[in-house]
Amino acid sequence: MSGSRRSWGPEVSWLLLAPGLAWLLGLFVLPLLGLLPLSLAEPLGRFSLRFRFTGRIDNYSEVLQHYGPLLLRSLLVAGLATALALLISYPLACFIAFRGGRWRPLLTGLVVIPFFTASLVRMIGWTTLLADRGPLLGLLRGLGLVLPLEVLGLLQDGRLLNTTPAVVGGLAYNAVPFLVLPLVVTLQRVGVSLLEAAADLQAGPWITLRRVIWPLSKPGLAAGLTLSLVPTVGDVINPQMLGGPNDRLIGNALQNLVLVQRQLPRSAALTVVLMALLALLVLFGLRGGSRDDLPLP
Amino acid sequence: MSGSHRRAIPWLALWAVAVYALLFAPILVIVLFSFNAPQGRFNLLWQGFTLANWLHPLAVPELVQAFVSSLRLALAAAALATVLGGGMALALARRRRRGDGWIELLLVLPLTSPEIVLGTALLSLFVQANVPMGFGTLLLSHSLFCLSYAALTLQARLSGFDWSLEEAAEDLGASPLQTFLRVTLPRLAPGLLAALLLSFSLSFDDYVVTLFTGGATLTFPLYIAGSFQREIPPQIHVLSTLVLALSLALLALSLRRGPGAPGAQEAPENPPPLR
Repeated sequence: MSGSRRSWGPEVSWLLLAPGLAWLLGLFVLPLLGLLPLSLAEPLGRFSLRFRFTGRIDNYSEVLQHYGPLLLRSLLVAGLATALALLISYPLACFIAFRGGRWRPLLTGLVVIPFFTASLVRMIGWTTLLADRGPLLGLLRGLGLVLPLEVLGLLQDGRLLNTTPAVVGGLAYNAVPFLVLPLVVTLQRVGVSLLEAAADLQAGPWITLRRVIWPLSKPGLAAGLTLSLVPTVGDVINPQMLGGPNDRLIGNALQNLVLVQRQLPRSAALTVVLMALLALLVLFGLRGGSRDDLPLP
Repeated sequence: MSGSHRRAIPWLALWAVAVYALLFAPILVIVLFSFNAPQGRFNLLWQGFTLANWLHPLAVPELVQAFVSSLRLALAAAALATVLGGGMALALARRRRRGDGWIELLLVLPLTSPEIVLGTALLSLFVQANVPMGFGTLLLSHSLFCLSYAALTLQARLSGFDWSLEEAAEDLGASPLQTFLRVTLPRLAPGLLAALLLSFSLSFDDYVVTLFTGGATLTFPLYIAGSFQREIPPQIHVLSTLVLALSLALLALSLRRGPGAPGAQEAPENPPPLR
């Protein structure tokens, strides 16, 4: 074993590591840490990207006051979307892991393929499907389902597009691969034989799910929930393209604050608050995942 | 096996079919509507079949320009990220040292921050450093968010990599560089292709970070975001269908197991030891 390392000393491995580390430190750690002093600065004028450091802690109280409710709403919408995505993904992951057999790699690959199309292109697809004169609404009208769905709140004023459910649905759609892939990896480790053992012990499907599958899938579940919740909370595209004017989320507000109002210090404060919230969620809410469950090809 | 367990199967299969239908619905619409002859500026309502869009895929100059700049950016960012990330993955795989945990943590961290956060942070950095924003800053930011995916993809392929072939090559007198070029690199090719493909599609897809750090650069996603206000020409659908077909072909190529890449896709049939 040591034979291979004899010719490849520490210098070479540091040489290989250094450029990547420089990228990560210079373009991720540095700018992210830089947000902290920036969040305590003051802009040099309205719509000016320039600023000076004054230790202005009020940025935080202003941001919390302004954006607190929207922050909560974003977390709620993200939670709802992730729950919906889990409902969609878990049975699919079970199917792939336990019934996929030799088709498993193909079935897993099929989950990812739609995401090779740019997300904004998919938005055109959704807009086409959900449009007022589009096929889905026509189908619902034909089936006489418009009124019941309106009562349930899934349609708003007879529309599918520009509604909150459309935003939640779009976010859930995006989260599906993040959940399915790590779940398949973990569930595969559970193995079909364990399910057969449960069945031999007279456990019905519900008991098997609750007592065997679900507990054993927790590492993949934690990894999947983390990976899907993060992009969901900060999403910009779905609220903008599928939602109405009242469906904007924290990502849209932050984009407006940076690019339209050009208030870098307050944007930095809001970003720090958002990151702190996410870190809390990831550290305390979803721990138990391991890196082996990351869905990588 | 008891009957109740069997009965759960058709339901699971039906559910799977439904989910796949849902996942592919917006994509199939795009492919279908590349053959539509829209009336008016928005290709959102089915009017009739035509091949005209496919015969004139480059008919909208602004779209072509945005598409080409996205292609250039994604190719450059994917290549850069794969080289940087590949170097990291190789180094981490060949030395197994205590204390490398922080490097792995550093690699995972970018995956846990939303794009909007990364965009704000990078914009602030570039503004403070007085860097004019354009293709250069886009290349930096895109290669950064692709780097983690590229490195982790290759690292996953490298775990369980059998280094004895490298040792044999060196025992036979090959220099480390020769060994790398003639032995390691060919065996890594499928993994490298996967990393490139993943990075390319991440970069090609990106909207938020590009909006924040691209200055006035117009990329394909930025063009589409604006198209909802101006016009949605069917050429968007044609070009997207082409990209999809190309990525499918490359995906098939990268899924083909490379020689000596054990269990590249078929994840743990024999699970790794518990930690």
